Amino acid sequence: MTKIKTLADLERIKNEMRSDKDLNGSQDNSENAVKIKVGMGTSGIASGARDVMDFLTEALEKRNIEAVVSQTGDMGYSYAEPTIEVRKPGQKPVVFGYVDVKKADLIIEKYIKLGEEVEGIIPVNYKTIDD
Amino acid sequence: MTNLGGSKMSQHKQIRIALNNCGVIDPENIKEYIARDGYMALGKCLTEMKPEDIIREIKDSGLRGRGGGGFPAGLKWEIACKNKADQKYVVCNADEGDPGAFMDRSILEGDPHAVLEAMAICGYSMGATKGLIYIRAEYPLAIERLKIAIEQAREFGLLGKNLFGTDFEFDIEIRYGAGAFVCGEETALIHSMEGLRGEPTIKPPYPAESGYFGKPTNVNNVETYANVPIILRKGANWFNKIGTEKSKGTKVFALAGKIKNVGLVEVPMGTTLREVIYEIGGVIENDKKFKTVQTGGPSGGCLTEKHLDTPIDFDNLVQAGSMMGSGGMIVMDEDNCMVSVAKFYLEFTVEESCGKCSPCRIGNKRLYELLDRITQGKGEMEDLKRLRNMSNVIKDTSLCGLGQTSPNPVLSTLDNFYDEYVAHVVDKKCIAGQCKDLMTYFIIEENCVGCTACARVCPVGAITGEKKEVHYINPEICIKCGACEERCKFDAIIVK
Ligand SMILES: Cc1cc2nc3c(=O)[nH]c(=O)nc-3n(C[C@H](O)[C@H](O)[C@H](O)COP(=O)(O)O)c2cc1C
Ligand code: SF4
Ligand code: SF4
Ligand code: SF4
Repeated sequence: MTKIKTLADLERIKNEMRSDKDLNGSQDNSENAVKIKVGMGTSGIASGARDVMDFLTEALEKRNIEAVVSQTGDMGYSYAEPTIEVRKPGQKPVVFGYVDVKKADLIIEKYIKLGEEVEGIIPVNYKTIDD
Repeated sequence: MTNLGGSKMSQHKQIRIALNNCGVIDPENIKEYIARDGYMALGKCLTEMKPEDIIREIKDSGLRGRGGGGFPAGLKWEIACKNKADQKYVVCNADEGDPGAFMDRSILEGDPHAVLEAMAICGYSMGATKGLIYIRAEYPLAIERLKIAIEQAREFGLLGKNLFGTDFEFDIEIRYGAGAFVCGEETALIHSMEGLRGEPTIKPPYPAESGYFGKPTNVNNVETYANVPIILRKGANWFNKIGTEKSKGTKVFALAGKIKNVGLVEVPMGTTLREVIYEIGGVIENDKKFKTVQTGGPSGGCLTEKHLDTPIDFDNLVQAGSMMGSGGMIVMDEDNCMVSVAKFYLEFTVEESCGKCSPCRIGNKRLYELLDRITQGKGEMEDLKRLRNMSNVIKDTSLCGLGQTSPNPVLSTLDNFYDEYVAHVVDKKCIAGQCKDLMTYFIIEENCVGCTACARVCPVGAITGEKKEVHYINPEICIKCGACEERCKFDAIIVK
């Protein structure tokens, strides 16, 4: 890794990371992949987020669904841990709460594959610094 | 960018500034932080701004310390900048000792680079090359992620020498605390890092004049730092449009207790308690009546219905008889006994007092004993006066902030729930039904069919009665375990 020496160096990494601006900086920016983030703060992990992440990574691969599963920090919804955010290609991200392995399976089969609704969606309830 | 999550949206009450990246980026990947404009503020500061410009920007933003005191951050940086020395230090206070609080932990776990970037900016503005993060050892995940973040920042040349091609160098080390509440107090924290006992010393001198090993030291809280890069990116005038006249920006709260949506919330200063509790927290469960909201942890107080429309900011909460504190917010309902709540916090304080000065060491113990007596039904009216007098003495004469604020839970409950204290003392009753010593179990004759179920389950043989006849509980023997009440199928057993 060459060291960052200028603002332009930072810009370069930034652009590399989000050639597609909507990807929110996910590392893999392939356009067809489903992007899943698992809330892995202390309270998420304590509620079983690691199992959910392992399951998702494995199951998506086995079922031949192009996907990137990554960890993130606490999404703030302690009451509904574990929480995951799912972003299907070209769609807005959706946050699911109360996700155990069974629920994760349902999310893959129903929401990701068929686009059907799955219970436990947490509506975004905040503004960001860019709004 | 708006992402509505596929559901109907009213106007959002929350704005995520300090939590901007939390739950969005992978905290173990510096590139994801950079992709969200991370380290841009540091780059801009080092290449385009003078230290005094940065300090002015932070001052203009109105940012105040989020660790509890609410001291203006820019002013603190300026003092540290003006005090000349061969070495200065930037310290991040990640001790987070309030029971139930986890705002700072979440920020460090979810967005560690924001804190590193802010510390480097602070270092440049005050002329310090060393940063120290004081974190409790009970936060292993936050520590792990901080270590990874520091390592990656060094690798990318964002910590170390010649940052952004300038002469400026800055590096950060982690220091571990054993999790004593008093070590969150800045002078105690510094002594603990120096290898001394974690006991507070009298201020002045403030750390900004004489801190770590006698050198000018800037101490800020995790959340305070987390705001800094965004303020410098978006500008002081963006930030200071959010909030109230004297408290700018947002505050993160760990919302807990008798509400549906327990978790982290970040609201603009000026949001009312009612909005946080009812609209974000969600209505109280089981139709129980809202009773109080506790803010400020062991240093804060219990506010009531009449305070619910208070816009949250540093000054309003103090005026209402509580304080902002670091951001704990616990909602309680009619099942919570206020004397017990005060007792809970005093027990914590007695445990955590460092013992250096007598008002705090002995006074809080006495307060606790009085409260304990009252919850046992052994209190007298005179005790209520004693509580108040002693509280005021402890506040006025304690050496550090711990003792100066520890009686607040007692005073605020005395102010707002005096009747409940009187009920414990005079009627020997706990309305909330929480004080075991004041409860009696008894059997309603009309409902009892004499099935004997209760007598069989009572662990101490307190219940007597012939089969098919009314049973009777001997209050002298009963240990108030509640087993009989649960067992009776005829609603014949009640607690009063
Ligand atoms: C007993 C006691 C405990 C404290 N605990 C903390 C703490 O856990 N975290 C924190 O940031 N500040 C804590 N403080 C406040 C610090 O002394 C200091 O004011 C603060 O770290 C300054 O940062 P800020 O201006 O950014 O808030 C505590 C103060 C007292 C008196
Ligand atoms: S007030 Fe309490 S915690 Fe603070 S120095 Fe005195 S004894 Fe120690
Ligand atoms: S369980 Fe209820 S009904 Fe049966 S004897 Fe006890 S009090 Fe009476
Ligand atoms: S409360 Fe417990 S001890 Fe008292 S009478 Fe009922 S079962 Fe016995």
